[in-house]
Amino acid sequence: MSTAAPLAPSPRAQFGRTSCALLDEREDLAVVWAEISGQYLEAGARAHPDRVINVGIREQLLVSLGAGLALNGVRPIMHTFAPFLVERAFEQIKLDFAHQGVGGVLVSAGGSFDKASSGRTHQGPADVALAATVPGMTVHAPGTAAEVDATIRAAVAGDGLHYVRTSELTQATRIPTDGAMHVLHEGRGPGRRSAPAGGPLTLLALGPVRDAALAAARELDATLLTTTSVVPLDGQALRAHAGGEVVVIEPWLEGTSVAAVAAELDDAPRRFLGIGTSHQELRRYGTPAEHVTAHGLDPDGLIRRIRAWSRSS
Amino acid sequence: MTSRTVTRRPVTRARITALMSRLAGDESHTAAATSTLDVLHVLYGRILRVTPTSIDDPDRDRFYLSKGHGPMAYYAVLAAHGFFPEEHLDTFGAFESVLGLHPDHLLVPGVEISSGSLGHGLPLAVGAAHALRIRDSSARVIVLVGDAELDEGSCAEAIEYAAAAKLENLTLVVVDNISSSYTVHGRIEQRLRANGWRADRVDGRDQRLLEEALARRVPGTPNAVVAQVEKKSAQVENKSEAA
Ligand SMILES: [Mg+2]
Repeated sequence: MSTAAPLAPSPRAQFGRTSCALLDEREDLAVVWAEISGQYLEAGARAHPDRVINVGIREQLLVSLGAGLALNGVRPIMHTFAPFLVERAFEQIKLDFAHQGVGGVLVSAGGSFDKASSGRTHQGPADVALAATVPGMTVHAPGTAAEVDATIRAAVAGDGLHYVRTSELTQATRIPTDGAMHVLHEGRGPGRRSAPAGGPLTLLALGPVRDAALAAARELDATLLTTTSVVPLDGQALRAHAGGEVVVIEPWLEGTSVAAVAAELDDAPRRFLGIGTSHQELRRYGTPAEHVTAHGLDPDGLIRRIRAWSRSS
Repeated sequence: MTSRTVTRRPVTRARITALMSRLAGDESHTAAATSTLDVLHVLYGRILRVTPTSIDDPDRDRFYLSKGHGPMAYYAVLAAHGFFPEEHLDTFGAFESVLGLHPDHLLVPGVEISSGSLGHGLPLAVGAAHALRIRDSSARVIVLVGDAELDEGSCAEAIEYAAAAKLENLTLVVVDNISSSYTVHGRIEQRLRANGWRADRVDGRDQRLLEEALARRVPGTPNAVVAQVEKKSAQVENKSEAA
């Protein structure tokens, strides 16, 4: 649960604030939504009724309408919960954006299990894996409200296709949203730097799991890298810092980014471990914190799993 | 290459069918290819404000061919109006060709959207209509679907919404060759009207009636024209052929 400054809005509320501010700033921007998060878009809708478009409970139309805007010179932001945005309307993203050759900014809420008590229907752990298959798609997973703001602003400013995955798992540690890989902790051992792919155990935290990963990195004396840009990955920084054992930690479907990380780290033999949400349905309600623990994404879970796997720590 | 001069010839129906005969492949004379012929002839000849020199004009009229299969008449009409060289027609479906069995708008000048998967054109056209309204453009959007394409749920999403959003710059043309497995004949226009559209059925081979219906714009309401053509023969089996 959130441990950030109490005055910061939730990442989802920040989506609304940033979108409304951007509507004021540029006349060629529209926000398309589908009955979800309207409470955060009221100011924009009042000021710009033609450019804040609620399609009702119609997710295929949500995405296609946005693409129709993009084809005709209006930059679209499209928003709903992750499974309805990326999974239900996947063909619309694939064809109406990527195949038509236009860009837009898809912003989801809910993440993997923000809506833990709502059950499986409102949980979207496979969204990143699916979005990553779309040609030209940039995938962002900001971890704080400030990162959500900066990420949406940068995405809207260009003309590319972006998926911004917001989650209420607000992180205490803020990083720049520049797409680069940032070193949050330098491990000292036990690996040897001089050997190819030597050096300490390396953790890569993608998305809002960096606080737990930082606790694990300190306990394991591992190097911790993190970024808000999941696709594409900062391969140069990965190669500069990765040791012979690399753990990819992501708070969505386990293994989602392992192949992409491995492809960037083809300079030496290494071992890889993916940690994420289970491929099996939990079939549990409760709180996001309980789901974090159930998937082993809390510090203790990470440490246990990595210790059992690593040959060096 | 003399294709540029050819474009100055009058674009007659006979001229279009002659160009269609240059499109190789099994599909070139199927009903799917010709069902749209008269609608397209009227649209590009008398309705749409778009020419080969205005394909990037923000205020051009948009035509979205949503029913992307059987694009022979579409390609022939575009070539006849000079949007691309007629020689392209001879390469239809080949690896090096820009003309595929479903159109790709990144490859073919004058083609506004890539299509093939059914149920995408109308929702895209809804977005286009919104964009033109946001930009205060007087341009209109005309989207062509097949009757069976309206089976798609994405079309249902767009139909009810477009009327609620009062997209009066949007026109839907349904080319009805009675190919839907379940749609009751005559119900398409009832369905559209029930959802708040102006909708009329006209003879899809009568160019005078088509022109009259397609020229119409109704204040505050999207407009639909159901163009009745011959019933598709029963031997065609797959989904995209049938729509
Ligand atoms: Mg049909």
